[in-house]
Amino acid sequence: MEEAGRLKHTVGELLKSQKLAVLSTHNKGQPYASLVVFAATEDLKYLLFATTRATRKYDNIAHDPRVAFLIDSRSNLDSDIHGAIAVTAMGIAEEVGEKGKEAFLKIYLDKHPHLKEFVHSPTCALLRVKAETYYLVSKFQKVFELRISR
Amino acid sequence: MNPSLHLKETTDRDLPRVGGKFLALSRMVKGGLEVPNALCIVAEVYDTYLTSSGLRERILLEVNRKSFAEMRWEEIWDASLRIRNMFLTTPLSQDLLIGLKEGIEREFGDTPVVVRSSAPGEDSAKASFAGIHESYVNVRGTQNILEHVQKVWASLWSDAALLYRQELGLNVETSTMAVIIQEIVEGERSGVVFSMSPNDPSRAVIESVYGLNQGLVDGTVEPDRWELSRSSGKPLRHIAPLREKKVEASSGGVRPVTLPPDQADRAPLVQEEVARVFDLAMEAENLFGAPQDVEWTFRGSTLYVLQSRPITTVSDPAPEDQRPWYLSLHRSFENLKNLRLKIEGELIPAMMEAASKLAEEDPGALTDNALAEEIDKRQQIHDHWVKVYWKDFIPFAHGARLFGQVYNDTMRPSDPYAFMDLLGDTEMMSLARNSLLEDMAAAVRADPTLQRALREKQFAMVEKDFSRKLEDFMERFYDLACGKAQCFQGADGIVPIVLEMASHPPRDKAVKAEGAAALKEAFLSRFQEDEREKAEELLDLARTSYRLRDDDNIHLGRIEGRLIDAVEEGKRRLRERGMTDSDRLEVQAVVRALKDPAFVQEALYHREEEKTGFVVKPRQLIGQPSGPGLAKGRARVIRGSSDLLAFKAGEVMVCDALDPNMTFVVPLCSAIVERRGGMLIHGAIIAREYGLACVTGIPNATSLIETGDLLTVDGYLGIVVISERME
Repeated sequence: MEEAGRLKHTVGELLKSQKLAVLSTHNKGQPYASLVVFAATEDLKYLLFATTRATRKYDNIAHDPRVAFLIDSRSNLDSDIHGAIAVTAMGIAEEVGEKGKEAFLKIYLDKHPHLKEFVHSPTCALLRVKAETYYLVSKFQKVFELRISR
Repeated sequence: MNPSLHLKETTDRDLPRVGGKFLALSRMVKGGLEVPNALCIVAEVYDTYLTSSGLRERILLEVNRKSFAEMRWEEIWDASLRIRNMFLTTPLSQDLLIGLKEGIEREFGDTPVVVRSSAPGEDSAKASFAGIHESYVNVRGTQNILEHVQKVWASLWSDAALLYRQELGLNVETSTMAVIIQEIVEGERSGVVFSMSPNDPSRAVIESVYGLNQGLVDGTVEPDRWELSRSSGKPLRHIAPLREKKVEASSGGVRPVTLPPDQADRAPLVQEEVARVFDLAMEAENLFGAPQDVEWTFRGSTLYVLQSRPITTVSDPAPEDQRPWYLSLHRSFENLKNLRLKIEGELIPAMMEAASKLAEEDPGALTDNALAEEIDKRQQIHDHWVKVYWKDFIPFAHGARLFGQVYNDTMRPSDPYAFMDLLGDTEMMSLARNSLLEDMAAAVRADPTLQRALREKQFAMVEKDFSRKLEDFMERFYDLACGKAQCFQGADGIVPIVLEMASHPPRDKAVKAEGAAALKEAFLSRFQEDEREKAEELLDLARTSYRLRDDDNIHLGRIEGRLIDAVEEGKRRLRERGMTDSDRLEVQAVVRALKDPAFVQEALYHREEEKTGFVVKPRQLIGQPSGPGLAKGRARVIRGSSDLLAFKAGEVMVCDALDPNMTFVVPLCSAIVERRGGMLIHGAIIAREYGLACVTGIPNATSLIETGDLLTVDGYLGIVVISERME
């Protein structure tokens, strides 16, 4: 139990400290990765990002909402191999509707206040990924799985 | 952190916090000169505000949206306006407010003040950049002062500053701004003194006007001028102007007033006062150790120093540097009013006359030599009007921008371009033309027999009423599609467009007059009696500016149309002579070839494609959000008038520069994409009128995008996505 608390804390801190994440979607089986500006809810149940609706990632998600996220602390140094940590999150994405949007928007904009104009554009969608599993990789090869119980 | 500093407590060490201007004031106070009371909001306050509100990142996003090298002046103005609006709509945090309010309240109470910039580094720059940052005269009350402090901060990102960003070393991370709040001394006589004349190092120069200095500084009031010997202080020359006006404080600003006769007849300074101003300049020079340019004012017999700075010699800009021209576009309201009289009263009538005179000569009836002369003549006339266009019409177009600034200051709308909706309900020629087209389309829609007759080109079967409409239209708008290839299309050009329009339901115009009326009232209701009148006058000016921006293009298009007519005739004859690619000749080459049958054109340039092993396809292009809306449609890239005439309903118009002579297809468009960028360019204006999504400022739009590409145009964010290309 204590281990779970510690892992959750590590994942939470990483998610707070990083601004960008790699989002993976696919188009008829062809994987597609893109960099997005993201935020996470305090309980780590949701990951949030914004995109305009004409993008490939949005299109891919519309066809299959299963996605993966990669968030890491590397800084392009040799020491990253042992020093950096990485989290892969898997979950289901959906566009946040008008209901409940305000609360999610606040979390997102508190972290990225400068994206105000962008997320308020009628052409921009706020998406939330309901996280199911986190994989935490540290020390090059050490991997833990953290499954969200709902 | 103490958010503000007094003149007496400031030392040389504070330079990075208070900027050169404030430090100079402080040194003068300590040197015993009479300086009006002032307070400095130090640079750290600006930094804290930017960081704590997230504004810094937003500015970074805005200035990095597109490379400056790819931006036109209008786009720079737009970027600056958006940044200014961010400042206006981002409140100060409670912490900052409390700290600032107390100091300002205590120091100034209800006394009117000047709020101006003192950017660290501003006056030490090699060249002089006077006027790059804003200052505000006659501001009263703490809340009001704070709002103006934000405006001065915003002016760190003024269009002028963005234009001279390299010289200024402008940088979102490091650039900062201190603000001076200084009590206004309402002097009866004011002026500037140069302790060393920029033209003659042995002389000093004094310029003086009645009233406040603003009239002298912005050039609306002609000053008395004295030249004095620097060594003895003896006046060598006095040049008296025709004294007509002075500038005085009025509620919330300044205004020009007519001079009373006794002042108009008398120089603002007597001999003894000229000597005192000269002495002041020398004292300042001693204090700062270099020749000074000092602003001063007399209230009663007290001589106050308002500002002192080292004299900077401004070298003439390189001839290819057009930034000074651009900066000259910032005109005062008075100046724009005069310009309006000139444009409406002289220039437009003269342009119309020039166009109809040109129409009298039929190029087809001329000999080759005479045709060459005629082309030359038309080219000269066209060149002349293009010059007028740059000199007078474009500056006048900035009337709309002046209004935009006032509107945003007053209403603080979340959309910095909301003001355009107020300008929209004026009758524009191209809209009038489009509504005539829509009229004809409606007639065709309602009458299948007429439709068939037109489709089968059975013009004899077309009923009189419609024929008359068609003739009227061609008479009024002769040059329907004055494009790059061909000008005159006649009924063959118009009829397919009318048929295409008729095959779709009519489109509503976006801006409804009653909406504009409500906006207008909301705006005007913010002003008191006499101010309201001034605001109304400004709105009227802005509407004229907005409308003329369109009309002058049409008039210019008429003149250009006659030039193209003559050139086309020349090309036709050259083709008959066997010059198969005469279409690609420049105007002057046509003239030469007509005069000299032996003329051989130089090899035309063919673009060689680089072989890299990669095929590049644009996917998402970034420009300026110029008309809110989202649309998806096939691209129709406009390279010549034949592209316009092939336009199908629902297509996205992709063009280099949409001019009013192309707008007749706008009712068929689903969106507009343009290479030329800006919010107040024609494409953006017309898109807004029709409620179309519009993105401008896409570099190389017409070569990157191809007719038939499936586009998604996001007019909110300025994005064009090319989602499918027909291979």
